[in-house]
Amino acid sequence: MGHRKGMEVSIAVSHAVALARAEAIAAYPITPQTHIVEHLSSMVANGELEAEFVNVESEHSAMSACIGMSATGARTYTATSAQGLALMHEILFIASALRLPIVMTVANRALSGPLSIWNDHSDIMAAKDIGWIQIFVKNGQEAFDHTVMAFKIAENSKVLLPTIINMDGFILTHVVEAMNFVDQEMVDKFLPPYSPRHTLDPKSPVTMGAFAMPEIYTEVKMKHQVTLTDSQQVITSVWDEWANLTGRAYKPVERYKADNASTLFLTMGCLGEVAEIAVDELQAAGESVGLIELRLWRPFPFAELRAALAGANLVIICDRALSPGGAAPPVLAEVRSALYALSHRPQTLGYIIGLGGRDVSPESFKDIYAKARMEIAQGPSQEFYLYGVRG
Amino acid sequence: MLEIRFHGRGGQGAVTSVELLATAAIEEGKFAQGFPSFGPERRGAPVLAFLRIDDQPIRLRCKIANPDVILILDPSLIRIQKPAADLKPNGIIVLNTNKSLAEARQEYGLTHTLAVVDANQIAKQVLGVPITNTTMLGALLRATECVKLDSLKGPLQERFGPMAAKNIAALEEAYKQTVVEEAKS
Repeated sequence: MGHRKGMEVSIAVSHAVALARAEAIAAYPITPQTHIVEHLSSMVANGELEAEFVNVESEHSAMSACIGMSATGARTYTATSAQGLALMHEILFIASALRLPIVMTVANRALSGPLSIWNDHSDIMAAKDIGWIQIFVKNGQEAFDHTVMAFKIAENSKVLLPTIINMDGFILTHVVEAMNFVDQEMVDKFLPPYSPRHTLDPKSPVTMGAFAMPEIYTEVKMKHQVTLTDSQQVITSVWDEWANLTGRAYKPVERYKADNASTLFLTMGCLGEVAEIAVDELQAAGESVGLIELRLWRPFPFAELRAALAGANLVIICDRALSPGGAAPPVLAEVRSALYALSHRPQTLGYIIGLGGRDVSPESFKDIYAKARMEIAQGPSQEFYLYGVRG
Repeated sequence: MLEIRFHGRGGQGAVTSVELLATAAIEEGKFAQGFPSFGPERRGAPVLAFLRIDDQPIRLRCKIANPDVILILDPSLIRIQKPAADLKPNGIIVLNTNKSLAEARQEYGLTHTLAVVDANQIAKQVLGVPITNTTMLGALLRATECVKLDSLKGPLQERFGPMAAKNIAALEEAYKQTVVEEAKS
């Protein structure tokens, strides 16, 4: 079963979409996502993938077309980045409210302005409240695995929610690296065809996306909230099933050398691997430090995160987006909110790193560790810091 | 871990080179990363490409700051980029030039271990075009043995199809013609 091969991660994601037998794709090219849909489009054109590929004139239309196609019962996929995700924004809420299990890759990129094609998380953080399941991956293997698994999660009859796989633009999307691929037979057994509960069909008309009077709107929102929160059980059971098949296990909150650590880093996406190197080196130098990698962003895994952080004295939360004028950057804000109810909670300090493609190395994390320890010893002068800003 | 940085100009194929080498190293059972300097690359503008090869999984997601090897596709970049400035002291420079070792050292002020080959000439003769990226892979293999020549043949075949044979011939010719000299102390 399966084979190991070197490939650009974007191309591997397009293979995962093809192995999942996506039936409908609508997309508009935008860097750094373009290679994924470009490759899917050629697979469709070459007859290697039996799917409808709809070229559209904008991302607003891409998501609208995805909604229409998914509503007919087709397994639907798209991918975008930054301004593309922003241009989809109003339609993203409709996709989740209509409970359509669209799968989308977001190749994370900084939102303009200034214009930047490079990587950070400002695009997805501006869309955190769209009501979709949102997962972060940290390397090519995870990008491949989670793309296949996303369809199974989204289409589960207890879930029926669109799902985003976040992968860092360029530093993940454009890297040729080693991955283990699975074969079609295995994916077919793992992922049966999508059997929708309701479809748009002229022979049996239904209404989807009707308006809601004040008497019902709140109840619909409550149902959405409960379903998204409860989807975590389905998410973890799909991941466990994948682990049994492939040996590759995933958890909503990953712990790296975190046992009994006094200080914990918290990261999302592929900077987690860079932080792992820093943790290895700091531990070798005798420091009590570990790492928590947050994989599941929506639904937010409160219980697991509290359990993972409760024993630490200090948590250094690394954001890759700013919430200008806000109380804290997005991840710091959520983590603090999760910890607030604990009677004994660790101190938290936020560092905003890697904005707009700024390089982040293991040395960056070691430097942040030293700075954070000093801040805590002196009493922090701020609640969060933009790391590495030149004077 | 071996870290190699390619210096070329947009259109010269530096990115293709690191992708081919990464794929070949992975075929050998190693771990590798090949990636471009992500930017608004334009034909003719200076371009960097990066290659890491290791026996362990690679977890770095940043550029190569202090390479073990630099490969220069276009010598006109030396004065613009000073590519050897952050090369490790025991590092290797692989240079496409029609100059001799002594002339190249003097002209560009290079003190590291140096490998030179006239890849433009070879590429024009064998491929018919002065695109030197695959030719320079031969010089790199001569200077570093970072992957086996046989491991590159599959990825070259997959990338170039019917043109693969000529690219392999150019690579092999460059391997023969490359001259390597230890660092000047």
